[in-house]
Amino acid sequence: MAFILHVNGRPHRVEADGETLLLWVIREWLGLTGTKYGCGIAQCGACTVHVDGQPMRSCSTPVSMVAGSDITTIEGVAGPEAEAIRKAWVARDVPQCGFCQSGQIMSAVALLRTRPAPTDGDIDMAMSGNICRCATYTRIRAAIHDAAAAAAGTPEAA
Amino acid sequence: MTEQSSSGRRFALTRRRMILGGSLVGGALVVGYAVTHPMQVAGAILSGGGRDPEPSAFGSFIRIAPDGWVTIVNRQQELGQGIHAGMAAIVAEELDADWDRVRVVDSRSNFRAYGVQGTAGSRSISGNWDQMRKAGAAARFMFVSAAAARWNVARGSIAVRDGIVSHPPSGRSASFAELLAEASLQEPPQSPTLKQAGDYRLIGTDRVRRKDVLPRITGAQIYTQDVRRPGMLVAMVAHSPRFGGRVARFDPSDARRIKGVVDVFAIETGVAVLAENSFTARRGRDALRIEWDDSEAERRSTPDITRHYEDVANGRTDLEPAEFAMKGEDAGAPFTGQVAEFAFHFPYLAHAPMETLDCVAKVDGWDVSITSGAHLPIVDQVQAARVALTIPGKVDVEVIPAGGSFGRRGLMASDYVVEAVRVAKHARGRPVKLIWTREDEMGGGYYRPMSHHRAWVQIGADGFPERWRFRSVCQPLLPFGGNPQAVEGIAESPYFSTATSVDGKLFSPRFPVPVSFWRSVGHSYTAMVMEHMIDQLARRAGRDPAEYRRILYQRAGASRRVAVLDELCRRAGWGTAIEPGWARGLAVHEPFGTVIGQVAEVRLEQGKPIVRRVVAVVDCGIAVSPDQIAAQMEGGIGFGLSAALYGAITLKDGVVEQGNFDTYPVLRMSEMPAVETYIMPSTGRPTGMGEPGVAPIAPAVANALLALTGKATDRLPFMGGGMV
Ligand code: FES
Ligand code: FES
Repeated sequence: MAFILHVNGRPHRVEADGETLLLWVIREWLGLTGTKYGCGIAQCGACTVHVDGQPMRSCSTPVSMVAGSDITTIEGVAGPEAEAIRKAWVARDVPQCGFCQSGQIMSAVALLRTRPAPTDGDIDMAMSGNICRCATYTRIRAAIHDAAAAAAGTPEAA
Repeated sequence: MTEQSSSGRRFALTRRRMILGGSLVGGALVVGYAVTHPMQVAGAILSGGGRDPEPSAFGSFIRIAPDGWVTIVNRQQELGQGIHAGMAAIVAEELDADWDRVRVVDSRSNFRAYGVQGTAGSRSISGNWDQMRKAGAAARFMFVSAAAARWNVARGSIAVRDGIVSHPPSGRSASFAELLAEASLQEPPQSPTLKQAGDYRLIGTDRVRRKDVLPRITGAQIYTQDVRRPGMLVAMVAHSPRFGGRVARFDPSDARRIKGVVDVFAIETGVAVLAENSFTARRGRDALRIEWDDSEAERRSTPDITRHYEDVANGRTDLEPAEFAMKGEDAGAPFTGQVAEFAFHFPYLAHAPMETLDCVAKVDGWDVSITSGAHLPIVDQVQAARVALTIPGKVDVEVIPAGGSFGRRGLMASDYVVEAVRVAKHARGRPVKLIWTREDEMGGGYYRPMSHHRAWVQIGADGFPERWRFRSVCQPLLPFGGNPQAVEGIAESPYFSTATSVDGKLFSPRFPVPVSFWRSVGHSYTAMVMEHMIDQLARRAGRDPAEYRRILYQRAGASRRVAVLDELCRRAGWGTAIEPGWARGLAVHEPFGTVIGQVAEVRLEQGKPIVRRVVAVVDCGIAVSPDQIAAQMEGGIGFGLSAALYGAITLKDGVVEQGNFDTYPVLRMSEMPAVETYIMPSTGRPTGMGEPGVAPIAPAVANALLALTGKATDRLPFMGGGMV
């Protein structure tokens, strides 16, 4: 079957079975390998992308479900929240191996978009679906707070 | 501890003549240690021609280019532990380079000859320490000599800072780039003078940060999972559900009918499906019908093995033990008076790195190429050659960053690399990417071994141990040699200082569940054995656990431990009041030459330990990169706490009961404590930091629970995890 997928603002025509999982279409049909496989059962968050702005586990999402939706991957995520998050990640040297970080950033950006000044409780809620086996959690938490503060301090920036 | 092996756990590295060399290669100055014969070195360097020296001839080396950039070509694998930052800082310090124009690249080349390469035992920084310092200092010397000659002034009047060589009296200066050609004509000193720790401008400062963050936050970093090659196929292999099981027969017809499935065949480790892409490979594998021959397979359940280990420890089997930590004449005599008795059970643990195991392999006649996030590329190279029936020199090994490893990618068996090569042999020269699913990884063995420890302590009138006896049971990590890793952290304990006798016996049963190195190795449980016992002995003696330890350390002359303990107590507010319902627990351990202490603040919520804060103190020699040490401490604590709370691989009738993060839970954001790291000032050479952070957290939590409830912990994980 053919689907039109809107990924990172561009339409792509994809030939695949309807039940093909979005993760593999993104990675192997479109060649966007920043989105990772970590568990395949919506447990780890390494495969997180935004579908119409909502964080979703692409490993458990059939491609037929998202045809016509706006899909954003780590390669395409942009805007003031994404910029603030990336800056904060660099300032705190968050990544270790880095493998989970695409997913972490996608979840963190989505969090900041709905809660510009998240509490620790908000961060626990939004980020506990993203496993980091290197346990960079303390730095992720701090960096999210930094990013929120930076965004609040400079509302006009970016 | 020797230079290349920590606690005797590592294989021997080839000792070769090391010689410092430097020359102009393709317009850049290259300085490094050659690991071959001096005559060959000269050849390797002078053949120049724009290419870097063959990595087989050099260890890590430095390249200073005409654009002023200093590049360190690194031969240690970056597994997430921030090796790059440390390496770069060591070189930049001695060279007095401009830190903002220093970068590290991995030596991705092909190891055509045996080099010394591997990342193990937290030794990456410490193993490179002397060599890289000297290489940096030698390069600096060459620039100084070149400038002195150019300006006709004394070498001693020359200063170097941030990549600029200057002669302050005359105000003349020149950059490294301007002096390249002249510097390359200088003879590198074989024993250059190194800086004193007090003169460091970069090492130990917060300026030493990672330089490889950007690709990890944009999705640009390529891991093995992401490798794409023209004509590449994806493979998945159905493995026996039981260790030691073999394929009896299989029916590939349904799998073959799936569009995109290219081939289905049996290999030594199971049935392989080759497909056009990962999704199809998975579907193909799911469609296989396989009958397994379990005649030689492990069929026991975890409770059976646990009971067997208890029998072994109690001397009820004919397994012969090896002795460790023997001390005193009367070691075998029966204990008298006050005797404390302990028993511990620890489960198998999966590594569960975020990137599952994967490897890209191509077999084309005699030529083999493999790409993976290897720890021990040299071992992978030899193993790949063995199964491809070629010679190691025909195997190209490309090492790229791994999405974690924690020891899993550093096996002597190279299991998944070997499997990739076996599959690739069927692909007619096309590259094959073998992907293990999470279930494959968790069910695939090479676990941190299960172990059981019994201990008896005869206690003197002063409340301190008089005699110790241990009976430990643990599968050996390697197919040959002894089993020293099983009791590392027990065998050399300073707590034996007050004892007249120590009688340690280690039983090493062998059976088909494969085991391997797991971050912090034996220390991952020996810290729990020793530190939780000591807390219980302290309580029995009516003493504060910190004070009890301090006395034992002083008697043992373990001054680094005393210093770490004192700093830890100060930083953690040891002995001060804490809110009701909370308690502190303390542990100090010494893995791989690093002394590390942690205090955990814990409460119990519906039977689950909640850890809100961990204060950690470490003496790891000179702290090259304090921020990376803190990162490794945080990561180690998270990794160790994850295992302590939940980690357990269990068998039912030989079949692994865990498959994914739903049945093998790991620590998540909401469970991560705040971590405060304090680094002891030191002038000692750096010891490792990649593994030690893991070890003390379980006993720190157990000791807090002991303080809270009066109950001791005799098995991990705290949350049960199916261990019986
Ligand atoms: S791969 Fe999708 S949640 Fe783990
Ligand atoms: S950085 Fe390694 S898994 Fe998160």
